[in-house]
Amino acid sequence: MTDSNHIQGRIDWITVGFYVLFVGLGWLNIYSAVYSPDAPLAFSDPAFYNSNAGKQLVWIGTSFVLIICILVIDFRFFESFALFIYLGLLLLLIAVPFLGVTINGSHSWFKFGSVTIQPAEFAKTATALLLAKYLNDPLVNLTKFPFQWKAALIIGIPMVLIIGSNETGSALVFASFMILLYREGLPGAYPALFIGGIVLFVSALLVQAWIILLVLVILAGLLVLFMPIYMQRDPKTYLRLSGAIAGIMTLALLVDWVVNNVLKEHQRNRIRVLIDPGFDPRGLGYQVTQSKIAIGSGGFWGKGFLGGTQTKFDFVPEQSTDMVFCTIGEEHGFVGVLLMIIFFLGFLWRLMYLADLQRSRFARAYGFGLVGILFFHFLVNIGMTIGLMPIMGIPLPFFSYGGSSLWSFTILLFIFLKLDSHRSDMLSR
Amino acid sequence: MFSQRRNLIFLFFGIVGLLFIGKLFFLQVIDDTYEKAADNNAIRKIIQIPFRGEVYDRYGKLIVYNTPVYDLYMIPRKAVVKDTNHFCRVFRVTKEYFIKTTQRARAYSRVKPSLFLKHLSKEDFASVQDAMVDFPGFFFETNAFRTYQSHSFSNALGYVAEISPTALEDQKDDYYRQGDYVGISGIESFYEETLRGQRGVKYRMVNSNGVEKGDYKNGSLNINPISGNNLYTSIDLAIQEYADSLMQHKVGSLVAIEPSTGEILAMVSAPSYDASQLTGNNFSKYYQQLALDPMKPLLNRPPSAYYRPGSTFKLVQALVGQQLGFIGPGTVFSHAGAPVKCHGHGPVDLRGAIRVSCNPYFYHAFRKMIYDNTTGDTYERSAKGLQRWADLVANFGFGRKLGVDLGNEKKGILPNVEYYNSVYKGEKMWKFSNIYSISIGEGEIVVSPLKMANLAAIIANRGWYIPPHVVKGVGLQKSIDPFYKTPVKVGVESKYFNVVIDGMEDAVTHGTVEADGRIPDIKMVGKTGTSQNQKGKDHSIFIAFAPRDNPKIAIAVFVENAGFGGSAAAPIASLVVEKYLKRKVDRKAVETKFMNMNYLPNAYSVVRKKAAPDSTKK
Ligand SMILES: [Zn+2]
Repeated sequence: MTDSNHIQGRIDWITVGFYVLFVGLGWLNIYSAVYSPDAPLAFSDPAFYNSNAGKQLVWIGTSFVLIICILVIDFRFFESFALFIYLGLLLLLIAVPFLGVTINGSHSWFKFGSVTIQPAEFAKTATALLLAKYLNDPLVNLTKFPFQWKAALIIGIPMVLIIGSNETGSALVFASFMILLYREGLPGAYPALFIGGIVLFVSALLVQAWIILLVLVILAGLLVLFMPIYMQRDPKTYLRLSGAIAGIMTLALLVDWVVNNVLKEHQRNRIRVLIDPGFDPRGLGYQVTQSKIAIGSGGFWGKGFLGGTQTKFDFVPEQSTDMVFCTIGEEHGFVGVLLMIIFFLGFLWRLMYLADLQRSRFARAYGFGLVGILFFHFLVNIGMTIGLMPIMGIPLPFFSYGGSSLWSFTILLFIFLKLDSHRSDMLSR
Repeated sequence: MFSQRRNLIFLFFGIVGLLFIGKLFFLQVIDDTYEKAADNNAIRKIIQIPFRGEVYDRYGKLIVYNTPVYDLYMIPRKAVVKDTNHFCRVFRVTKEYFIKTTQRARAYSRVKPSLFLKHLSKEDFASVQDAMVDFPGFFFETNAFRTYQSHSFSNALGYVAEISPTALEDQKDDYYRQGDYVGISGIESFYEETLRGQRGVKYRMVNSNGVEKGDYKNGSLNINPISGNNLYTSIDLAIQEYADSLMQHKVGSLVAIEPSTGEILAMVSAPSYDASQLTGNNFSKYYQQLALDPMKPLLNRPPSAYYRPGSTFKLVQALVGQQLGFIGPGTVFSHAGAPVKCHGHGPVDLRGAIRVSCNPYFYHAFRKMIYDNTTGDTYERSAKGLQRWADLVANFGFGRKLGVDLGNEKKGILPNVEYYNSVYKGEKMWKFSNIYSISIGEGEIVVSPLKMANLAAIIANRGWYIPPHVVKGVGLQKSIDPFYKTPVKVGVESKYFNVVIDGMEDAVTHGTVEADGRIPDIKMVGKTGTSQNQKGKDHSIFIAFAPRDNPKIAIAVFVENAGFGGSAAAPIASLVVEKYLKRKVDRKAVETKFMNMNYLPNAYSVVRKKAAPDSTKK
């Protein structure tokens, strides 16, 4: 038995420092986004606690309570109970269409008094835990198909349930487990295929199917023509190659069919807008344009704290939640966003470094799950504000306004820090 | 195993990071179209103040309306004035003003609009319209002034002014912002929420030249302002103005009520002020002057001033005495045994006592009301008798608010047991001999002119009143609170009013009212009063209604320091009654006399005595 109470000394204070920095800067941005020069609110004013900045302050406070709870729980709990946590979240996801309430058009929230919770936010953590537990079995080999299939099942079930409650953005986050799986041995062909699939997907939206097929045929032809010398030019190789090309073409057609028949018009538009912001100037295009204007007008040094003009008046929609990066870009300029990106990447590097120090595969896999999730949010959230990604309702971890998102990221992170603080107690199997 | 993959993963992260940084560098540093777009796409939130409701008189004549004015704002960052002299010429400001105001605006904020020039008229606004293209960063916002059709009725109307810091702090629903206008007194204050309407908000896209490019999001976020509701008052503007002219050079009040409806026909507070000077740029200067005036022109005297009712209160005593069963038309008292003064005349009955306003009569009557019970010693009997009396008198509206729709209505004082217990510091410390002054409307009883006009209406109606009110209809539906439709009974049977009204008729025809107060062809009945006050000459009071049968108007007139009630207040009341019932006044000599009558020197001498109290003692 080891003493699980002495955790302070072993907790990674660098990571905690990043966390405090991000949450603090995030709060200042939320304060700035809701700050009205006509009617500044004092902290003593009860109305302050009805503003986003006031509520976020309350959530930050409660997050610290959550952190204490996580650090006090026995570290073995998370591995032992991973399946129960996962099944519990699945139950909540199933229950939410029946018992939940609708907020901002998405029927995926539970309401307890004045607190609203979105189970989809917490499903990521539960899935990461179960996936890590599954991989902790040394027999699990991700180069083999049956294990891949089971891992996909663990990821897929909550994903399908979340898509069912119309939270496509939250569901897509589960794609980030590709990073965890890749680190744990999934062949590189899968991520490559995944990225290729996205390319196909976007192409399907923009050009006719026959053009894609034509391009693929030409590519295949070029491949055959310039085939490396060391590859055997025998019929078997040609047959295999033709099979692969046929497979890719079938996939292209399938993607094309999905894009044009399964996706809804507004989902297609979100991606079309990326290529042509003028496509829907009053709706989605407007949001992208406004967001780019806000960031672009920040210039090199920014307009200063509380000095933003574009992110005031609630005109960049969701500016405190999903569009909080706009405020950073406008008020702190290129210098601010550069530092923010560097800090965030440094944070991810630190987490990966810690993950690789783990002796147990459970903790390591969980760590990479965490890194993947954080990176995916970073990628999509910032990407959409600068017009590189489609508009999806995905928050920027620790920065965005919202209790559910802050709590879920806090839990996600501090479970890892708890595991990390006991890394010498854990046996690698 | 696979530990080298961490580097591959981070390579991928790094590529994404570099991609972002590159894109951001392009957006923020290289490409300045977005910075320009931000200026061009600035969204201005424009608060739209709706037009405040207008106020009409009972015949649909406009009393108060709004005149649009224009305020010029500047945004320092965008304001580029190439030719300052040209600018100053166009807006007719001095160069010093331009420099000072610009500096102040810059100090406040470089990007937020500051007020540059206040209250340009429609004509001025039109004349600078063409020049506006030369002055980017300047723009107009529309505002409105209260405009008054008549100089009359100012006190009851009240005025609007910028909300005070304390009112801003105390507001319940967080509606007002600094600089908002709000009704301060009178019906402007009482009907504030009805008059103000609902503020609108407009989000406009504005380019860097201050030129509006259209509604943000096609106006889907805009909230249209809703104009305030109009008020339809019961004021007869012609009578109001006439009464005002009679009350000039005087300090006092005049209230006329239609008895059958409780509608106020005219309400004068003298001296008054010119409401049109309380709008706009003149406000603070004029307000200062009014606030310092010892005659208190800002006070709306009819509901708010305190007076003793004097002999007019004998009417209440006559009614209550009968209802309580202590006196009747045949009850006769002589002057004997009464510590109050009177004129030389013999014993009188109730009707005669009202005609000549006999003080001893009402002393004796009140003594009976107070002492006629068998509770115990004189102290206990006094308490018991006074409470019974006060409970009935309270029904007439004394010692409480009538509920008139004006701000600042005062309760007045109706001394009851509790009151005297506190004055004499304990129970059984006072008895009839301490309180008898109230039998003739002196002593502790305090009323407002409005209450006395209401008393005249109660007598005209023989026992009931509808709470007096100025506004008879609100908005398009001309709706009104049912409170102002519901009669209130005073608890005195109508038969007891006959002898009182007879006495009031005698008082006018051959009683305390002098010849100037009689209208040859109208049967007006009334009662004079002379209200004592320590500081100076008595206040002259008269209440009346007319015609005696089927009364159309009840009136109360208070003239401060004008002496005897029959000589000043009664003639003024008679002129207003005549004008209202006949729409003209035949007694031109009386009219001229009282329009020119000046009681101000008396009033000012009181003020001087108050200012130097020691001088009176010598
Ligand atoms: Zn007498």
